[in-house]
Amino acid sequence: MKLDAKIPKGPLEEKWSNYKKTARIVNPANRKKLNVIVVGTGLAGSSLAASLGELGYNIKSFCFQDSPRRAHSVAAQGGVNAAKNYKNDGDSVYRMFVDTLKGGDFRAREANVYRMAECSLNLIDQAVAQGVPFGREYGGYLNNRSFGGVQVSRTFYARGQTGQQLLLGAYQALMRQENKKTVTMYSSHEILDIVIVDNQAKGVIARNLETGKIEKHAADAVVLATGGFGKIYYLSTLAMGCNGSAIWRAHKKGAYFASPSWTQIHPTSLPQSGDYQSKLTLMSESLRNDGRIWVPLKENETREANNIPEEERDYYLERRYPAFGNLAPRDISSRAAKERIDAGFGVGPLKNAVYLDFSKSIKEQGKDKIAEKYGNLFTMYEKITGINAYKEPMKISPAAHFSMGGLWVDYELMTTIPGLFAIGEANFADHGANRLGANSLLQACVDGYFIAPYTIANYLAGELTKEKTTTDHPAFEQAASQAEQKLVSLLAIKGNKTVDYFHKKLGKLLYDNCGLARNKAGLEYAIEEIKHLSEEFYTDVCIPGDLNSMNSELEKAGRVADYLEIAILMCYDALTREESCGAHFREEYQTPDGEAQRNDELYQFISAWEFPGNTKEEPILNKEELSFEYLQPTIRSYK
Amino acid sequence: MKLQLKIWRQVDRNSAGKLESYQLDNVNHHMSFLEMLDTLNEQLITNKERPVEFDHDCREGICGQCGVMINGIAHGPLKNTTTCQLHMREFKDGETILIEPFHGAGFPVKKDLKVDRSAFDRIISSGGFVSVNTGQAPEANSLPVSHETAEQAFDSAACIGCGACVATCKNGSAALFTSAKITQLALLPQSEKERKTRVIDMVNQMDKEGFGHCSNTEACEVECPQGISVLNIARMNYEYNRANFFKHKK
Amino acid sequence: MNTLARKILMAATGLFLCFFLLIHFLGNTQLFLEPEHAQKGFNAYSKFLSNNFLIKGVSYLLYLSIIAHAIYGIIITNKNNKAKGSYKSDHRGRASKWYSRSMGVLGTLILIFLVIHFQNFWYQYKFGEVGLDPYGNKDLYGVVVASFQNSWLVVLYVISMIALAYHLIHGIQSGIRTLGLFHPKFVRWVNVFAVIYSIVICTGFALMPIYIYFTT
Repeated sequence: MKLDAKIPKGPLEEKWSNYKKTARIVNPANRKKLNVIVVGTGLAGSSLAASLGELGYNIKSFCFQDSPRRAHSVAAQGGVNAAKNYKNDGDSVYRMFVDTLKGGDFRAREANVYRMAECSLNLIDQAVAQGVPFGREYGGYLNNRSFGGVQVSRTFYARGQTGQQLLLGAYQALMRQENKKTVTMYSSHEILDIVIVDNQAKGVIARNLETGKIEKHAADAVVLATGGFGKIYYLSTLAMGCNGSAIWRAHKKGAYFASPSWTQIHPTSLPQSGDYQSKLTLMSESLRNDGRIWVPLKENETREANNIPEEERDYYLERRYPAFGNLAPRDISSRAAKERIDAGFGVGPLKNAVYLDFSKSIKEQGKDKIAEKYGNLFTMYEKITGINAYKEPMKISPAAHFSMGGLWVDYELMTTIPGLFAIGEANFADHGANRLGANSLLQACVDGYFIAPYTIANYLAGELTKEKTTTDHPAFEQAASQAEQKLVSLLAIKGNKTVDYFHKKLGKLLYDNCGLARNKAGLEYAIEEIKHLSEEFYTDVCIPGDLNSMNSELEKAGRVADYLEIAILMCYDALTREESCGAHFREEYQTPDGEAQRNDELYQFISAWEFPGNTKEEPILNKEELSFEYLQPTIRSYK
Repeated sequence: MKLQLKIWRQVDRNSAGKLESYQLDNVNHHMSFLEMLDTLNEQLITNKERPVEFDHDCREGICGQCGVMINGIAHGPLKNTTTCQLHMREFKDGETILIEPFHGAGFPVKKDLKVDRSAFDRIISSGGFVSVNTGQAPEANSLPVSHETAEQAFDSAACIGCGACVATCKNGSAALFTSAKITQLALLPQSEKERKTRVIDMVNQMDKEGFGHCSNTEACEVECPQGISVLNIARMNYEYNRANFFKHKK
Repeated sequence: MNTLARKILMAATGLFLCFFLLIHFLGNTQLFLEPEHAQKGFNAYSKFLSNNFLIKGVSYLLYLSIIAHAIYGIIITNKNNKAKGSYKSDHRGRASKWYSRSMGVLGTLILIFLVIHFQNFWYQYKFGEVGLDPYGNKDLYGVVVASFQNSWLVVLYVISMIALAYHLIHGIQSGIRTLGLFHPKFVRWVNVFAVIYSIVICTGFALMPIYIYFTT
């Protein structure tokens, strides 16, 4: 299939307004006749459901958590970018567009990136009007902080809980619509399948997680706002329930999956302390402003950090990247940490961490000053590890964080299945091969508040005259019984190993071979191993309980079954992209001094994968060529 | 370390529950409390027994999904800490730990340690928002808000909706949760127009859900993971009185 | 009536009763005077109170407040008992003061005390046979002195005043906030005031029977 991104004509600055000018709209009286299903209630999902509800459409909103307010957008700490130029430091929509495109290593669409920067202006207005308590200056005006990878201050923040505050704003807007009966909430519901009728998305099959009942829901359009699937690595900064199931099942129904292997690995998370560990807690990146990262010069060092003299320490970031030092971008510092850990210089009981040392800053600025800036983080660190970081260095390590990849969408955020949209982290669109800090909240918000309401209306306008599809259509029954069959067969395996056993094993395989650094042999090995693991899963997994009641193990099993398939696609994606770009680092393609080597001649495209019809066959690669009219690709350098 | 666990087991909403005992021998003191429960479940599944259902998601103290009574204290022995942030080093080898779900008239138990807290959603739905549609917002800096006011509003807005306040309240009152949202919005100029209707609607909804009266014992503030101040409740009372005093005749 | 409205009623009646206690206390300090002066002043004061029609109105308000405070206390406690979770192991108390959790029990003690107190003096004065003092007033002072010769009654009064003190400390702090005082600075002041007020008044009241017991 030829991929058409449907980029509007006209100069970069006018593309979005041109689109809005010509897009079809739906008469207010007709809107209540149209039903839209929105899956996920993170920033993208709840902002879209609320916005569409306000317009008068009939919305069904789904989330697997017990309340929409718990979606994982809530955990974002740092902030949200917007090109407001309140600091008068030369910021503009265009500069933000340049920063984002560069940060993404020129693997994103110009038009999409520009639109995101453009809509960032309205987002701040909207959030403030909703009562989001952003940080303020003493004069009462909004404050900004600066963030990695840019030279201006454009990040709006609400202490270290910006994601929570933005999400609560969107959640409250959603609850307001629920009160007005334009939105019906389905909490504790998980999507099992997307229903396609005449090649259009017409509904979903969902399971009520409390009763176990399988339900059919019909609609005129379906939107997936299900977030990222970084939890595939098992140990990640994501929530336990984050999953790729909805987008994967959409993929199996025909939606293309773009760049699945582009996962951002965050450099400053707490290291794994044992096999029992379920989650890696993120420590804000801001710590790198005053902390120095080092490992011992001696291999297998056994001394305590404080007993290692200065001359036997290797401040490897300062050594390798003198210009940016400890503030090198996420992908670069993560990779540098992995390089040292793999070489045997890691610290901690599992030799899987590096030191983040504040002793110099404490000496220079005083403990009080450091406590004032990072006090809550030091407290959190002590709560989790039991170590006082004022006295000895923190131990940190990289952890899987954000999925740049996701369902392929065109400029209208519609997937290759008409009527099926993907917004927020669930799509691939705006971040290229690496996401800049504080851009994830932004993308989720602008997709939900300002972009999808227009593009979905454009689609729905064409659906008005068509005959309504109801859940009586045989496609619903077929999808529901298939989904049920899948769960029944999982329950019937009755093997000896827990679901977590497989998830942990998959995560380790993927992290080692398709994580921070990849190579051909490793990826090929991983594909074979994952296939074996998958066979073992389908013969030896043990899921207690039954289908018709609450059953967390069954939920997990369904997600891990999908992860096993997504993992293989990730490996193919990494294998076929024979270049290094952003978060994707192929060891074969690096400069002599170990930096990423992009290949614009051969790989200036988006890999959009097509499901071959069954999991036995190799996935089919489709390419969306990227063209850069306004900004010529350059090499990122942080030396 | 070894632990003796006594855990509330309940099959569904309509069944009666009871405490059951479990022995766990291989607990590492660096484990989080929820990882300890994971380990127990792993053991139960391997023994073909039904695992314990418990609420959890982000495991970094912000989503508000986790929360159990540990030895009769909401979120366990550490003050101002969620269950997921609690680690086993706070317990002694050989200790018996009693784990029960948060519950009360407003919080029916769904299964084992999982609780229905949708009453909180309905309270927000009754008025815990600013009535502004997408696209209606004026320029963000057109309404200055002083630094102190913004910080105060944040203090109230930080609530994660875990329900520890209700669980720890001897009256099963949801006053802290409800008042935190009322206070946050009452402080900000952008929602001045709805100030009176909001407080009345939210208080009425809180009552409809079956929560008890606040008697200002202040226990909720101590167990609240975000340390939300009980003065929010006083602020809610003020807003309520103000709204009734200046009520428009219908 | 919703939970907040009920609590406001509790606060309003409670704070009114607190205020009454101050008046009651100031009047009763006459008991600490020399017996002759005390008898004269106290009895005249009693007569003034029972004959003034304004005071009569206030006293009905007082009775009504006591009854409303007690009835709403029961309604609120009932509803709270239905709303609260019951736990097999319950250490929730570590996060609050015991008396803030025991307002119902303390209130019941105070109510029992009030019945006895009314019977001892108010009933005697209104319906009992009370002699006249040299000035022709009913000799309530004599009744007081006679009553407090009974050591058990003195002990009962002292214990009740301890209960009252704790009830007041929490009651004043809680009541003021229920009426809507939320500013941290003023709330702090009120908290300090509540402690001083409760201790001063209740100690004073407790000293009266003790003083009489030991001086006559």
